[in-house]
Amino acid sequence: MSEPTIRTQNLHKNHLKTRLAIFGVLALLLIIGSNFSEYLCPYDPYLQDLANAKAPCSFAHPFGTDRYGRDMLSRVIVGSKTSIYSTLLLVAFITVFGTVVGVFCAWSGKWVDTVLMRISDMFLAFPGLVFALAVAAVLGGGVQNAIIALAAISWPKYARIARSQTLAQKEAVYLRAARLSGSGTWKLIFKHILPNIFGPILVTAMLDIGTMMMELAGLSFLGLGAKPPVAEWGSMMSDTRNLLTTHPWVTLAPGYAIFVSVMIFNMLGDTVRDWLDPRNRRREV
Amino acid sequence: MKKYVIQRFLQLIPILLGITFLSFAMMRAAGSDVVTQMYTNRGAEVSQEVIDARRAELGLDRPFIVQYFDWLTGMLSGDMGNSYVSGNPVFSTFISKLPATLLLTAMSILMTVVISIPLGILAAVNHGRVTDLLLRFCSFIGNALPNFFVAMLLMQLLSIKLGWLPVICEGVTLKSVLMPALTLAISMSAKYMRQVRATVLEELNKDYVLGAQARGVRSSVILWKNVIKSSMLTIITLLALSIGSLLGGTAIIESIFMWDGVGKLAVDAINMRDYPIIQAYVVWMAVIYVLVNLVTDLLYHQLDPRIRLGVVKG
Repeated sequence: MSEPTIRTQNLHKNHLKTRLAIFGVLALLLIIGSNFSEYLCPYDPYLQDLANAKAPCSFAHPFGTDRYGRDMLSRVIVGSKTSIYSTLLLVAFITVFGTVVGVFCAWSGKWVDTVLMRISDMFLAFPGLVFALAVAAVLGGGVQNAIIALAAISWPKYARIARSQTLAQKEAVYLRAARLSGSGTWKLIFKHILPNIFGPILVTAMLDIGTMMMELAGLSFLGLGAKPPVAEWGSMMSDTRNLLTTHPWVTLAPGYAIFVSVMIFNMLGDTVRDWLDPRNRRREV
Repeated sequence: MKKYVIQRFLQLIPILLGITFLSFAMMRAAGSDVVTQMYTNRGAEVSQEVIDARRAELGLDRPFIVQYFDWLTGMLSGDMGNSYVSGNPVFSTFISKLPATLLLTAMSILMTVVISIPLGILAAVNHGRVTDLLLRFCSFIGNALPNFFVAMLLMQLLSIKLGWLPVICEGVTLKSVLMPALTLAISMSAKYMRQVRATVLEELNKDYVLGAQARGVRSSVILWKNVIKSSMLTIITLLALSIGSLLGGTAIIESIFMWDGVGKLAVDAINMRDYPIIQAYVVWMAVIYVLVNLVTDLLYHQLDPRIRLGVVKG
């Protein structure tokens, strides 16, 4: 493949910035919207209206109503708060926790490193949803527990990335120079290591938002996350899955909501990855 | 080589001990156990004496550590205990559910290979053109669809609208495996297509391809004889990892389609707090994890002469 010219590189870079702006704004809108979701929905999402149950899509109820006559559009809007907020909280937690463990391992080395890495191996050996199933069952369901369960199995990934990145930085010449010029441990970590390992971790976290959103919804779907009257996309789908044959819109509406949100966060993640990729960075001329 | 394999099996021991202990501790911390869960489900009010008697019968009244070592020694002598709920031996219950999961795994991997590899190669060859964009767009959509949503959409389309397939699996048959397998294959293909495309593209950009082209070797020959052969390494590794997670039974898909496999067994056991079954499941998962990693490594050795030479020397 031929080397891109400066002109095409510029074009590529501008293109990236536009993408970043579009998906950034979309994601932000989604987060803000979910924060104020109570004010955005046309009906009370918990109000039952049995006379109007299982109504098909209409102008008054764009997504129809469920078997208790609750407006699906309102429930989907309110559900965004549970789904999006829990996901962001989860990703933020595992990113911070994993990074701390990883940096700590790499920095202290020796037996601390070995022990912590074996522990993270153990959590990794317990694949995905299965571990989450067990934890959620133990703690008895509820969104918080689903978050704890997913956090328990997802942090090792971040710990490994942070550890390998820190190990690479630890041997770098600039770090020795900084140490020789008298910087203490904390200064070295906060001022030199963290900013340098931030990129790969951020990309992993951004790309994880979509996955985690689906996993959380999956847990709720199995009845191990949010419990019914609470509006949450996964549990709404499992709650109404008997209606699929006769009233498909009720079951499928929350699914589309998950799909759209995951899509937006995935696109944002992809763009951030391209943006931080050194191959897409033009040398300053 | 032999030494290497043995070493990897020895690694299994601490992982197994850690995991089984962890799951044991978690299940005991749950508060409610199988006895209370069973009576709650039946809706019967029973006296504390009955509950205590049943607990003593199952050995649930002993200290937790004693229970764990009891289970461990049983396990080492090949006895995994009996299910608290059905009373049947755990081992045979587990084995009886395996064929269903194996069939589902095989079918969904087969479908994934058939869908994702040709499409990924097609996208890579047409890099930057409409076909590529279209295929990437499809894989993007597939990546954002949770598998239970795909399951619902397929049910809605194939069973309800078109009436081709049964909504719920009736026994382990080839006809009823189609829908769950297709659901899993759609989610996995979206991921693999991208990876196949990236791998093939990387290979296509290597100098030897340019050299072969310059020598006048036909593009199709380069593609099939060199590029795809060397891309297979990465692709097979990825597939091996997926087989591992599928063998664990996909809890969600198996319960949606009522597919009587290992994943559904585990979900049911968790809901009933049927500890022996859960323990068996956890052991199974850990074994798969280590085996899959081992097989992947061995495949690497087989497929990449550079790694193989390294082992012979070391």
